[in-house]
Amino acid sequence: MVQFSMHNAWLVPLLPALSFIIIAFITKQWKKTSAILSVGSMAISCFIASLAAYGVFSNYTLTEEPMVYSVKWFSMAGLNIDVGVQLDPVSAMMMFMVTLVSTLIFIYSIGYMEGDQGYSVFFSYLSLFGASMLLLIISSNLLQMFVAWELVGLCSYLLIGFYSHKVTAREAAKKAFITCRVADFGLLLGLISLQLIFGTLDIVELSGKISNFEQYTSMGIMTIIAILIFIGPIGKSGQFPLHVWLPDAMEGPTPVSALIHAATMVVAGVYLIARTIFLFAEVPPVMDMVAAIGGFTALFAASIAITQRDMKRILAYSTISQIGYMMLALGLGSLTASMFHLWTHAFFKALMFLGAGSVLYALHHKGDIWKMGGLLRKMPVTGYTFMVGCLAISGVPPFSGFWSKDEILLTAFDSGHYILFTMAALTSFMTAFYMWRLFFLAFTGQAQHEVQVKESPRTMTLPLVVLAFFAAIAGLIGTPWAPIWQNWIFSVHPHHPQANTMIMLGSVVLALAGMYLAYNLYYLDRSKAERMAEKYSFFWALSYNKFYVDELYLWFTHTIVDGGARLFYLFDIYIVDGIIVNGIGSLTKSFGSRLRLVQTGSLQSYALVFFLGVLAVAVIMALTDPSMALGLMGGVE
Amino acid sequence: MKSLPFLTIILLAPAICAIIMAFIPKEQVNPIKWLAATGTFISLAMSAYLYGVYDTAAGGLQFVERVPWIKDLGVSYFLAVDGISLPMLLLTNMIGFSAVFASWNLESRHREFFILLCLLISGVMGTFIAHDIFIFLLFYEVVVIPIYIMVIIWGSSKRVTKEYAGMKLTIYLLVGSAFLLVGIIALFVKSIPILGEPNMSFAALAQAGNQMSAFDQKWLFALMLIGFGSLISMWPFHSWSPDGYAGAPTAVSMIHAGVLKKIGGYGLIKIALFSLPLGAKFWAPYMAALGIAGVAYAAFAALAQKDLKYIVGYSSVSHMGYVMLAIGTVNVIGINGAVANMFAHGVMAALFFSAIGVIYEKTKTRWIPDLGGLARQMPLLAVSFMLAAFASLGLPGLIGFIPEFTIFIAGFKAFGGFAVIAIGGIVITALYALRAGANTLFGPPREEYNNLRDIRGAELVPLAVLGLVLIAGGLLPSLLFDMVNSGVEPLMNQLDNALKIGGLI
Repeated sequence: MVQFSMHNAWLVPLLPALSFIIIAFITKQWKKTSAILSVGSMAISCFIASLAAYGVFSNYTLTEEPMVYSVKWFSMAGLNIDVGVQLDPVSAMMMFMVTLVSTLIFIYSIGYMEGDQGYSVFFSYLSLFGASMLLLIISSNLLQMFVAWELVGLCSYLLIGFYSHKVTAREAAKKAFITCRVADFGLLLGLISLQLIFGTLDIVELSGKISNFEQYTSMGIMTIIAILIFIGPIGKSGQFPLHVWLPDAMEGPTPVSALIHAATMVVAGVYLIARTIFLFAEVPPVMDMVAAIGGFTALFAASIAITQRDMKRILAYSTISQIGYMMLALGLGSLTASMFHLWTHAFFKALMFLGAGSVLYALHHKGDIWKMGGLLRKMPVTGYTFMVGCLAISGVPPFSGFWSKDEILLTAFDSGHYILFTMAALTSFMTAFYMWRLFFLAFTGQAQHEVQVKESPRTMTLPLVVLAFFAAIAGLIGTPWAPIWQNWIFSVHPHHPQANTMIMLGSVVLALAGMYLAYNLYYLDRSKAERMAEKYSFFWALSYNKFYVDELYLWFTHTIVDGGARLFYLFDIYIVDGIIVNGIGSLTKSFGSRLRLVQTGSLQSYALVFFLGVLAVAVIMALTDPSMALGLMGGVE
Repeated sequence: MKSLPFLTIILLAPAICAIIMAFIPKEQVNPIKWLAATGTFISLAMSAYLYGVYDTAAGGLQFVERVPWIKDLGVSYFLAVDGISLPMLLLTNMIGFSAVFASWNLESRHREFFILLCLLISGVMGTFIAHDIFIFLLFYEVVVIPIYIMVIIWGSSKRVTKEYAGMKLTIYLLVGSAFLLVGIIALFVKSIPILGEPNMSFAALAQAGNQMSAFDQKWLFALMLIGFGSLISMWPFHSWSPDGYAGAPTAVSMIHAGVLKKIGGYGLIKIALFSLPLGAKFWAPYMAALGIAGVAYAAFAALAQKDLKYIVGYSSVSHMGYVMLAIGTVNVIGINGAVANMFAHGVMAALFFSAIGVIYEKTKTRWIPDLGGLARQMPLLAVSFMLAAFASLGLPGLIGFIPEFTIFIAGFKAFGGFAVIAIGGIVITALYALRAGANTLFGPPREEYNNLRDIRGAELVPLAVLGLVLIAGGLLPSLLFDMVNSGVEPLMNQLDNALKIGGLI
């Protein structure tokens, strides 16, 4: 069974893809069937993926020596592209995590989407989304990965814009796709360069060739390629400055947000870099750049999250910030820490998004946390599981986030990048603060709304409980005292830094401090918070308005791009048409009078006359000396 | 055993149906429509069959039919297909068949319309399977006339009148073809002394052309470049394209953007490039430069449009820029990409125009500010529109991506940084395609369109045929590339040899 799963990992993306096709073409009318198909196919995939992962880990397969199965996709002289499955610890872990979290999210959607007009359509999109992400994970070729990468983008477009009759949803979907497109332009250029220089996009082959790239190209070119490839993940993983689409992606139904933010889409960028880490490792300056952008994004997004009012938006910025952590770790060369945080983050972030969904479900989709309050008593399952999520993300031991974040802080500290370390530590403090701000405002205190709140149905709370369980314990496989994770997932050599009690203690203190501040401002006396906001109104406005990055982009698109477009169009009408077409109006007229013959019905005679006429001209021209012909034409050379 | 004259049957099926239609009373609308559908279906089914049985391992010309015709000029009725013409033949028939169904709800003069449409389809097919240059030109002229009539009678007026559009379209094609004719006839006349006898077959002309002096090759190629270039709407000879499509009825837009303008690229590759390698080499950078300019320019111009047909019109100019860039690389990957991209763009443009045709037919407008939220009332139409839009922005998994990718590879290899401008087109394309989709289909539904019903029955044919090809070609690009490469690779090897020898002289 384990062997079967390892040799047939291609089934993992295929099953959800089939369920997409079946729902779209056959079972669309039957909502229950569609949902069962979607959930069932993902659950079977999850089963296969877990067996495959078990096989990979029990064999201690190395990331550098993966199992690869591939077939020809297309080929021509000088360009051969294969597609296939590459199974190694990183992809096995991702496959397991994505199928598990997706299955839970799909189950949750059964209840959440109840009564929606597009119920079946929604599940078909979900299946396609899962299939694309899984295809991305198992890809053995970068072009194949790019295909899946864009399909993930397509699915996010479809799902963010699911309520497409809403203008905001429509715009958010478009924004997500186009922002990622801008980034993919860079990625595509990078892939083209790789193909041209190394003659292959196969990941294993590339890693062999890149380890002695001096035979093919120079350091400068490699640096450029690495930067180009990195642009893709900046867009997909919502890193600064292409993060703007992610918060708007909240327009989609909440399970989609959970899927985008936890299991799929945004981690795709991190995963791509993890996949091509052999390339980045050759160019240290780009690694530093990855780390710097990651570190900056972590802090930047956290500083926005502290003032937002919309529950899902806060979570969105928190995702951007946490992905920043993962990038930071990757940039510092620690695949282990980065993937570890990706793993734990998937559980607690999915948990919190689904928790938020449960809250919104109860409150009829009003997301302002200042208008919530007191939900813990009314919705105990949602509330307490959400609390587990908050504990995990804030980094309170022994919850999962603590271990993975500690690993990242430790990596930063050991690498000697103290500025980045400080940024990461500061982010850690702010994270605890804004998450508990959210928690206290939404779940404690007096109710600020008039809705009769009740706990969500079983299909929704069950996934919450399961996710809470994982969010609590998922980190225990990578503690400094039992570094199982660190011995599984690494690049080149197993990496386990010495446990540093100072940093461990420090991070706990920071987390508790953040929590305490939030407790003080939003639990004990909420008016204090408002006074703070007034006192520092400049900074508050900056943060609340997301540092005006969106406005800048809007201005750029509407003024520069659209202005340019109008300019081109006017040029086309007045110069190209005006001069070339109407400028030779006399010619037009003479042709026009001849064309009238057409309407008299003698089509053949017209064609013949025309044909013979030009024939005559040509013969004369060709028989005379070529230089004269050239003279007639006004000279070609 | 002598096999069936497949190509003649494919070629004549729609034309014969057109002749039969002429004898049906014009009130009998349904028999006329079904006759057109039958004729185009026979051609479609048979060309799909040929596509399936064509031996790509052997390559070369297959299903050859050759009958000498005018001995003194060396003209023969010479039909055959290779890996380049067969995809174009299949494309013509897919679009032709879809175009019949896209015209299902035509309001007036059914008989005349379907007769012209069938003749048009036969004519376009003829240009792709003829391997004698006389026959090629004959079919080309056959094509121009139905187009003109169809635009001025069944067309629509918006920014420009349909008469203006029809005239502009026709004149461009004719002026272009005049240059082309001069070039081709000069090539023919000059080939006689080299070959020792007049022979108008492509292969003979190519053989002769390869032996001509570099100087001759250059000016002959220049003439053909203007001729074929204006046909493929190469910048700056493109301005007929948006106006022409806007004025034309749906079926004509589909065929014109889908296949007819591909005759330009097809001719450039199959006639000009392989006959005049030194000329091609000389003009290659100019072609690529015009191609790159076309990609960027037309993409921006499309962004400024508010009429759906203008968007797709400019978009097609932009996509043909990729084809010009690809031809300009003069290498095997690029030419593969050029042919594949013509096929891919044909499918998506036809689907796009059929969707826009439906929108116009039902709402009586193509003006984006007057539209919105149609996805609610017409979900299947939205599927069709968005499929075309995503294919057009080169979404991987749909047919447009791999051809573009190969063009980028070839272009980047040949021209480095300049090609980046063309690759950047993918961003602008995404911007206008998604904007058009968003503003037409999504957002709040409008009350005045509440009574519109979704596409159904015959109206679904374009979506079914073209949509299927869009997806299948995207997931399994080797379906297309194995075929195209079997045609391109041997010819490119010959061309490389010719260039080497030419270089020595």
